[in-house]
Amino acid sequence: MDMDLLRFTTAGSVDDGKSTLIGRLMYDTKSIFEDQIDAIEESSKNRGDEHVNLALLTDGLKAEREQGITIDVAYRYFATPKRKFIIADTPGHIQYTRNMVTGASTANLAIILIDARKGVIEQTKRHSFIASLLQIKHVIVCINKMDLVDYSEEVFENIKNEYLGFDAKLEIPDIRFIPISALHGDNVVDRSKNMDWYQGPSLLWTLENVQIASDRNFIDSRMPVQWVIRPQSDKYHDFRGFAGTINGGVFRKGEEVVVLPSGFTSKIKSIETMNGQLNEAYAPMSIALTLEDEIDISRGDMIAKPNNQPKSSQDIEIMVCWLNTNALKLGSKYTVKHTTNEAKCIIKDVRYKVNVNTLEKIEGVDGLEVNDIGRIQIKTAKPLFYDPYMKNRNTGSVILIDEFTNETVGAGMII
Amino acid sequence: MSSLNLSHLDQLESEAIFIFREVAAQFEKPVILFSGGKDSITMVHLARKAFWPAKVPFPLLHIDTGHNFPEALEFRDNLAEKYGVTLDIGLVQDSIDKGTAREEKGLNPSRNSLQSITLLEKLEEGGYDAAFGGGRRDEEKARAKERFFSHRDDFGQWDPKNQRPELWNLYNGKKAVGESFRIFPISNWTEMDVWQYIKKEKIDLPSIYFSHKRSVVNRGGVWIAESPYNTLLEKESYEERVIRYRTLGCMTITGAIESSASTLDDIIEEVAAARQTERGNRADDKRSEAAMEDRKKQGYF
Repeated sequence: MDMDLLRFTTAGSVDDGKSTLIGRLMYDTKSIFEDQIDAIEESSKNRGDEHVNLALLTDGLKAEREQGITIDVAYRYFATPKRKFIIADTPGHIQYTRNMVTGASTANLAIILIDARKGVIEQTKRHSFIASLLQIKHVIVCINKMDLVDYSEEVFENIKNEYLGFDAKLEIPDIRFIPISALHGDNVVDRSKNMDWYQGPSLLWTLENVQIASDRNFIDSRMPVQWVIRPQSDKYHDFRGFAGTINGGVFRKGEEVVVLPSGFTSKIKSIETMNGQLNEAYAPMSIALTLEDEIDISRGDMIAKPNNQPKSSQDIEIMVCWLNTNALKLGSKYTVKHTTNEAKCIIKDVRYKVNVNTLEKIEGVDGLEVNDIGRIQIKTAKPLFYDPYMKNRNTGSVILIDEFTNETVGAGMII
Repeated sequence: MSSLNLSHLDQLESEAIFIFREVAAQFEKPVILFSGGKDSITMVHLARKAFWPAKVPFPLLHIDTGHNFPEALEFRDNLAEKYGVTLDIGLVQDSIDKGTAREEKGLNPSRNSLQSITLLEKLEEGGYDAAFGGGRRDEEKARAKERFFSHRDDFGQWDPKNQRPELWNLYNGKKAVGESFRIFPISNWTEMDVWQYIKKEKIDLPSIYFSHKRSVVNRGGVWIAESPYNTLLEKESYEERVIRYRTLGCMTITGAIESSASTLDDIIEEVAAARQTERGNRADDKRSEAAMEDRKKQGYF
């Protein structure tokens, strides 16, 4: 019953067999049920499709089925005895960069699909760049449709080398290449008999065995205060629990902590859960801390260790992916949401925009359009307590919210 | 550092607790939609954990179609009392009497689609600005696209093509007056996860989830319970079967499965071997390919 959890995202362009691959993984791990298969067989027939269209399994919305495209991130689940998997299935269309950023934001791993007949294309580069930008530590490049290139080792090696030539610009520590045929199942769950020259493991084996525990930050202890628990009961009359989810590091009973912005220090009196007190708590546990001293703490405050504190600033440099058709403009104001804290902010500078296909910087721009990625500087109305995104995804990420429409318009990674 | 690992259930629990606390902080008057089913019972458990040792700071709201299993209603009342949670009940019958909802025609009318009407009326009446639901993304294809924080316009409608992106653990609950949110803390759980968690946390469930004898009629491959709300068709007759329920809904549309699973271990084994989805026995989802999406757009969960 004690499995571990891996979240991954899948990226690919139109028709490179992404839905088929997901369908295959789910089907072969018995995560698709008979009535779902019956339903898509029926729909495929009604649509006049030649084969059972596994894409219908992932395209959940009417508009998606009508247009035969994936509009929105869909989440899929499967499990093996070893791991539970959450797939963020993101559409590959050009206009949907924001969906991949969304899916990648919570992923431990990304699968990038390449059509063996087409090789590395613009979208491959874009998806890899986004994976790198979002600090996904593990990328599996699946070279798909090997059956259509006679399972050729040469084709595989050429694509791999082409990719490696480009990936020098990326910051992905672990990249693996697997030749597959999602349609026929080669190297998806079991090693393929059609590609003796490939000595590596199958995709599923890789997903089950990738080491992700060390990707988490166990050094910088951070807990943003989410809610203060004050029971209105005689038994817990003096109880003041600072509830939150550990965003990094470890907190132990008796340890000294500092609370920001006040800077007051105290010691951890207890770590509380409904199932009993704990001696230590670490990311991503949700707990409540009680402290030895009565100090003023409220939502949005950050609890850390006195000798290891997050940065504190009102001038913050951010790589931002713009998510909304209302463009980002120099000088405009937004609400920035960071951990459990939020503040008004103004766009002080647009440093540059990134050409997501070549990774070149385009300077001299004063705004960002939807699906643009660029570096900006914001000034916040009060200090944020943060870490660089590279060190901690939770204390290093922000979203920007439009003050008039209330929409989430920007996804930012603090530099 | 591998000792500092959390199992998948611990991670899912932590994520759900985070959502409960986030909603308490971001909204004025949240409410937990309570159906009496295992998912909403699990949600109440998670809410208790999120605020312990304080009480759950939200009331429960049950939209009662009037076609419920008596066992589920009894369980609901006991649970609310045991944990000192306020229970608010919206009767579909009231909406029908008022004329805002109209009973379906036919022999075995479902009140499922009418639930949305009563729900929206109750949310407005109670001034609730966020309503927790036990929906899971693995249940149904339209639900696979749901957000944790799902925005609804001032008519309670869902706009699936224009949802707010949800990134990291940053949830945006901002809204204009009259708008509201549906919140799905167990979005990332599967049916198996829920059962394993129920076992791990020793959560009590209504008896009808476990194997028992019941008078049922086979209708289109689905076992429907004998009840005052169900009319037999020509050539149909009730028979005794050993069955249990995988989901709970109206008695008129929720199908039982033949099963001898009488313990949580039996059920977990049965779920692991199941070749049909749990909603596969729900006649309400079978009405059309986009039945769930259409209902959700109108305010359903």
